[in-house]
Amino acid sequence: MFSKKNNTYYICVFFFSLFVLFLYGPTFTIILLSFQGPDGGLTFPLNGISTYWFEELWRGGSVVDIGSAFKRSIILGIIVMILTVVLSVAAGLAFRKKFWGSNVLFFTTVASLIVPSIVLSLGVALQFRLIDDLTKWIGSSLDISWVNDSFQTSLGMYSSGLGAQLTWTLPFGLLIMFAVFNRFDKSYEEAARDLGATPWKTFKEIVLPLIAPSIIGIALFGFTLSYDELARSSQVMGSGNTLPLELRGLTTTVTTPIIYALGTVTTFVSFTVIAISVGFYLFLKRKKGI
Amino acid sequence: MLPYIINNSIFNMPNLFKIKPSVGLLSLPYSLVFIFFFFIPLVLTFVISFWDYNEYSIIPDLILENYRYIFENCFSFENGMCVTFKTYLSTFMFCLITWFFTLIIGFFVAYFLAFYVNSLTWQIALFLLCTIPFWTSNVIRMISWIPLLGRNGLVNDFFLSTGLTSTPQEWLLYSGFSVVLAFVHLYTLFMIVPIFNSMMRIDKSIIEAAYDNGANGFQILWNIIIPLCKPGIVIGSIFVITVVMGDFITIGIMGGQQIPSIGKIIYVEMSYLQLPAAAANAVILLFLTLLIIWIMTKMIDIRKEL
Repeated sequence: MFSKKNNTYYICVFFFSLFVLFLYGPTFTIILLSFQGPDGGLTFPLNGISTYWFEELWRGGSVVDIGSAFKRSIILGIIVMILTVVLSVAAGLAFRKKFWGSNVLFFTTVASLIVPSIVLSLGVALQFRLIDDLTKWIGSSLDISWVNDSFQTSLGMYSSGLGAQLTWTLPFGLLIMFAVFNRFDKSYEEAARDLGATPWKTFKEIVLPLIAPSIIGIALFGFTLSYDELARSSQVMGSGNTLPLELRGLTTTVTTPIIYALGTVTTFVSFTVIAISVGFYLFLKRKKGI
Repeated sequence: MLPYIINNSIFNMPNLFKIKPSVGLLSLPYSLVFIFFFFIPLVLTFVISFWDYNEYSIIPDLILENYRYIFENCFSFENGMCVTFKTYLSTFMFCLITWFFTLIIGFFVAYFLAFYVNSLTWQIALFLLCTIPFWTSNVIRMISWIPLLGRNGLVNDFFLSTGLTSTPQEWLLYSGFSVVLAFVHLYTLFMIVPIFNSMMRIDKSIIEAAYDNGANGFQILWNIIIPLCKPGIVIGSIFVITVVMGDFITIGIMGGQQIPSIGKIIYVEMSYLQLPAAAANAVILLFLTLLIIWIMTKMIDIRKEL
């Protein structure tokens, strides 16, 4: 019934193409507009083609310190990526058998995906505020000079910011691991074990190479979701803003195509990371030969 | 036989006693993240929603003032609906409209991918094509509507040049319309993935059997495919509804900071450091979200779907 010759097929193809256009069209519009000439505005027509707005962005013209926000986002993204891979692969291995609390942990994972981000962000902010108050109180009552003189806040990119982002990336990592192990052929590792391999060796030599392509997938989720994360980080990044936070601020203040240039650059970074991951994934898949 | 059993049990003994507990322990770091950044924060939010506050600090207490304040004047309908209820109603409306469009579009995209694309390679490639935007910046994807929908945008240019309207249409951007458009743009993927997943599990022979017995395309869709996709539809719906329920960023940017939402109330209260008040709002938002999910999960067992 799903033949390619009837009308329904062509309607579906048309509909799907329209959807893809809807998905990508706007993004390509701003990529195009970021090459506006110096006199160009936020909308069409293009007043000449130039890289003026990219140069302006590079010089840091009129825009807040985008360079360091960019750097912060990349570094945080890499840290989140590594932690997401390590923690969710480890948890994924644990979940292959039932363990004490496995059900609770599973539901926590799902709950973390659907809890409103602003609620979580508020919760983490409250927690760190209490930690601050507690630290200051201990500092003053025990007369610890370091705390009294220089302690400001424990809220920051690598404490609360990192944690809040992990509650968003880790569930994706674990769910990918579930999908992997649901389709995992256990006979290979059983063979290794029968031949006397230790659990660690079995993991390193057999399991890891088999799940390697999926780990690339987890890494991709870890990095890109952190790099673009906004809602959960919004209240807990402390003094140093990440790129998405700066970008959101810019939407209300900037009225030149420089914001499109910035958008083009971040989209380019995302696309590059995705392309590298997909390439790496295909490479590992081919190498494995299954 | 006997040597085999002895052999086997000798080799299995260490597995039973040594490996099993240590494998479970591998989930410990993962669990710690959620204890510290999920459980404790949510518990604290609940506790602090009963605290008092002034301009500088939050004061441990056990008062209902924060909740009372939210529903002030809400139960006397003399002056029409109170601000809180209006905000909730507006948020629910966004949920409903977004849910409707993401479901329709997501379902048919998944339907096309699952049933009309025959080669696995193409299926993966097209699926990836739908997924890639999820890995790019949401803010950029919102901003990218400006050149299309703005006062001097492409859509208005088109309207004016074809004579459909005589003045630029203002409702296209920074309006309820653009908010819904952005939600659909950003979150249809949340529908596509689980529905596609459900569709891929449908045994094709069932469909063929129905076809051979004379069922037409619509009957197959309505009586076979949709019922079998129910779990995917429910999961997708949960994602879309919860993400819209708590949203404050999309509504902020695409609504021109003019449209209220529950998430935005919390956000604004936080920026004024009225933390216990924000916490009370968060508790209510969380409660409403959980209520919706609870109703929806009554219909399926999520764990079977992975």
